[in-house]
Amino acid sequence: MIGLPFVYAVAGVLFAVYAGLAASDRRWGNAALWGLVAISFLLGDRLGDIGNGVLVLAIVAIAGTGLARAGRPRAEGEAPRGNAIFLPVLIVPVVALVGTFAARWWPGWAAPKQATLVCLAIGVLIALAAAMLWLRPRPATPFREGLRLMDSVGWAALLPQMLASLGAIFALSGVGNVVGGLVGGLIPNGSLIGATIAYGLGMALFTIVMGNAFAAFPVMMAAVGLPLLIHQHHGDPAIVCAIGMLSGFCGTLLTPMAANFNIVPAVLLDLKDRNGVIRAQAQTALPLLLVNILLIWWLAFPR
Amino acid sequence: MLVLSGIAVIILGFLLRFNPLLVVAASALVTGLAAGLNPVAILAAFGHAFNETRYVTIIWIILPVIGLLERFGLQERARTVVAGFGRATAGRLLIVYLLFRQLTAAIGLTSLAGPAPTVRPLVAPMAEALAERQAGGLDDATRERVKALAAATDNVGLFFGEDIFLAVGSILLMKGLLQQFGIVLEPFQLSVWAIPSAIAAFLIHGFRLWWLDRRLARARAA
Repeated sequence: MIGLPFVYAVAGVLFAVYAGLAASDRRWGNAALWGLVAISFLLGDRLGDIGNGVLVLAIVAIAGTGLARAGRPRAEGEAPRGNAIFLPVLIVPVVALVGTFAARWWPGWAAPKQATLVCLAIGVLIALAAAMLWLRPRPATPFREGLRLMDSVGWAALLPQMLASLGAIFALSGVGNVVGGLVGGLIPNGSLIGATIAYGLGMALFTIVMGNAFAAFPVMMAAVGLPLLIHQHHGDPAIVCAIGMLSGFCGTLLTPMAANFNIVPAVLLDLKDRNGVIRAQAQTALPLLLVNILLIWWLAFPR
Repeated sequence: MLVLSGIAVIILGFLLRFNPLLVVAASALVTGLAAGLNPVAILAAFGHAFNETRYVTIIWIILPVIGLLERFGLQERARTVVAGFGRATAGRLLIVYLLFRQLTAAIGLTSLAGPAPTVRPLVAPMAEALAERQAGGLDDATRERVKALAAATDNVGLFFGEDIFLAVGSILLMKGLLQQFGIVLEPFQLSVWAIPSAIAAFLIHGFRLWWLDRRLARARAA
């Protein structure tokens, strides 16, 4: 059965190639950074917890101090091709889509929970093979171009994984319960609209801090949603939960902590302002948060 | 209360523009120490979590494909293609993309698009080319804004579409949590209540995209 080990092996080999190419350019900082990422993918399960911790420290030391830099700008392009150039781009999502359904209908060949990631990796391999056969570049070209993009993304590539790990430390330290207690203490006693605002706003604010509505949800449900909205005011649990989670998603649109949604695209699009995507989202997120809080208030409670 | 000092580290670190990886590591250390963990235990817990969350970084394996195709003129081609659509505008293009992203996410196809697979190679260059034609040339600030709106549209479409799908992580999280509190709900009961917010998201963000077209037209007139 194909599972995460296969996906990690593909990623590990790719990052090892990046490390080799960067080293051949004598860009040692980049070579070391992508080499460490390759080690994490290929050998992470054998390093032990402390070994992985030391690996993270080394990654932070290199990427956090600017030792890894953006590479050279793109060399002269090849002769452009027609609209068929879009086809290889579409191979990846189509394979991911078909594969995910195939894993559901004919189970057994892909680990069910990782089917999408497995199919993504297979899709990338197929797309790469197809593009190589069609365009016939030099064998190193896709990896040189990939490295160029990877170098321009740099440390931002690892921020989402770092933040997910920070979430684990927050959970271990009980940060959620403390924040939940604080928000719960702010609500005027017995006020339905007060409790609804505290719940929706709390979901958004807590998501802004944690970068993830999934981390905020259990805390706000335990602190406000369940005791006040559902038990005291007899709110419909399905509506309180569903729209509460979406209030949290409004917070996700507003925070650099949700790096994979907000920081990574800014880097990928070469925006000068690292927070440019968040700025573009604020005018949608804030009115939408208001609408969500009103929706909970209108829809969830018996009149 | 002391464990919140890690959050203060994050906010200060981001505001003072230290490297975010350093800020996150420092926040983990401060939070763990405040909770009474010793430094080795914090290192081990962080290392363990880092190893368990490697799948987050997988998306980057697509870059060799994108990079190779860009070398053969992918972005330029995307610009040329939309220039052929006479009545297309940046705002209309992004409204269509918003709807596409919401609808596909609502049937579970969240990985069909995203910043690396679609926004950078296709949507952003298309929107930029159309905006350029509408305004008759773009200044730097407007160009940045159009590109940022393309990325924003992808996020809004994803977030306010995916919860309509029954088997998405957040729906399962809600069901699991409610079950612990003794409330049993079917995923369908939860996902159907994501629809009002999805419609509101389309109207609000769609209005802003329509407004973008107006601003671009005014820039041309000025």
